[in-house]
Amino acid sequence: MLELRNISKTYNPGTVHETCLFSDFSLKIEEGSFVSVVGSNGSGKTSLLNILCGSIPVDGGQILIDGKDITHRKEFRRYARIGRVYQNPSMGTCPSMTILENLSLADNKGRRYGLTAGANKKRIGDYKAMLAPLGLGLEDKLGIAVGSLSGGQRQTLALLMATMTPIDFLILDEHTAALDPKTAEIVMRLTNSIVQEKKLTTLMVTHNLRYAVEYGDRLLMMHQGQAVLDKSGEEKIRTTVDDLLGIFNEISIECGN
Amino acid sequence: MDFAAVIDIVMGAVEQGLIYGILALGLLITYRILDFPDLTVDSSFPLGAAITAVLTVNGVNPLLSLLCAAAAGALAGLVTGLIHVRCHVLDLLSGIITMTGLYSINLRIAGRANLPFFASATLFKNPLTKSLPDWLAPYSTLVIILLIVLAAKLLLDAYLRTKAGFLLRAAGDNASVVTTLARDVGSVKIVGLMIANALVALAGAVMAQHQRTFDISMGTGTMVTGLASVIIGTNLFKSAGWMKSTTMVIIGSVLYKLCVSAAISCGLEAQDMKLVTAVLFLLILVAAQTQFKRKKVRIHA
Repeated sequence: MLELRNISKTYNPGTVHETCLFSDFSLKIEEGSFVSVVGSNGSGKTSLLNILCGSIPVDGGQILIDGKDITHRKEFRRYARIGRVYQNPSMGTCPSMTILENLSLADNKGRRYGLTAGANKKRIGDYKAMLAPLGLGLEDKLGIAVGSLSGGQRQTLALLMATMTPIDFLILDEHTAALDPKTAEIVMRLTNSIVQEKKLTTLMVTHNLRYAVEYGDRLLMMHQGQAVLDKSGEEKIRTTVDDLLGIFNEISIECGN
Repeated sequence: MDFAAVIDIVMGAVEQGLIYGILALGLLITYRILDFPDLTVDSSFPLGAAITAVLTVNGVNPLLSLLCAAAAGALAGLVTGLIHVRCHVLDLLSGIITMTGLYSINLRIAGRANLPFFASATLFKNPLTKSLPDWLAPYSTLVIILLIVLAAKLLLDAYLRTKAGFLLRAAGDNASVVTTLARDVGSVKIVGLMIANALVALAGAVMAQHQRTFDISMGTGTMVTGLASVIIGTNLFKSAGWMKSTTMVIIGSVLYKLCVSAAISCGLEAQDMKLVTAVLFLLILVAAQTQFKRKKVRIHA
């Protein structure tokens, strides 16, 4: 279980740009749930993910994993149990290394990075079997540098790399936003099947309201550092894209946009 | 100038170029792989020289002294790494701090600013090389240097193929991947700096063995020479996909030294060496940039 308790976070404190994003924000994410998070720009969606992963520090409050306080645990240590895919497809892979090298690197997460062979030649068959069903032709390009792949191919690879070792939590930061509609669909379906198969507790920030409605078992809408909407179970299933758009418009009018 | 003199100059330049090739291997790690402008090298190069000089004067086996020099270089890299990673000092400044401090340490190690060891058996002039047959004797220095450069290159190649090497390459390529693999990018950088400076100190030690002297000023311009070699090598052989970047920078280093020697033998004095080194480096930087620009235009066209 992931838990944020009474989180407060202010950007640029003491300057004219001071913005208070979270004050006394709390959120509980049950084990095995798949939460979609929507909200306008600056509503605190990505900050929420960054706070969970430790990419940015909090001013106050606690972050807990399975009841254990990890507020002061370093970012890289938190990733021992967390997989993360970013919006930018080039954030999740190493461009000058080949597909095989990238996969071998990710495959070794949680183990020692010592002086044994880096490329995992024994697993080439497994890697090919993993890539072939995607229909992107990556299985025949294991020796090619990832930098020469398309954004969609890279993001697929990043998703596989983030989830190929045992993890408990998956953090998706608008991971389909930079992709064309068809590739976004492929990546989204792949995401869903991985989440189901590995029973990952997932937090997905997205601007695609349809994905937010279609996927996941809980839906959050963030606005000015607050969860203005939180639906799960039957309520979530009944929610439509139009409902979400309606609430979005209401909020915008309130803000005078 | 007669033919024999030209051959002599070329031989000397190739020997020096190969020695600086070891240095280029180190800068390949910091500059190309880690993208870290590491100025430590200007002092870790003479650090290696000072250590090998003192040890050789005291009768230690020259080969063993090279290993000690490399270990000391690794320590220098560790210091720069710790300053940068743990004290959060800017990368460029971290190197400058270590470089400045090392200057005094180098003087302390050698005991003075200039330490010749003409009388001692060196890596290149020892009972073994003296016993070589006449036809091989003139090339013994070159052969020994080649063996050391080759060993350094093959070791680095092998390291870059290991899991640790993959992590090092990833740290330079995309640090966020290393972080999400639950590894500390800072530690990876420190290891990279240690290996790089070990190579640089090794280069300094071999150079001291070659010149049979340590001089406190021999480190000035190390960064420039190393960078020039890396840039020449990697730009010249950019399209040669089969060639390893470690090979590229060693060839780059030899070519650079040949250019400097050519410039000097065109009537310049030995004291103009650093100026030639700097101006040539500038030319190479500009050339590499225009080449890059032209390519860009072609892509847009």
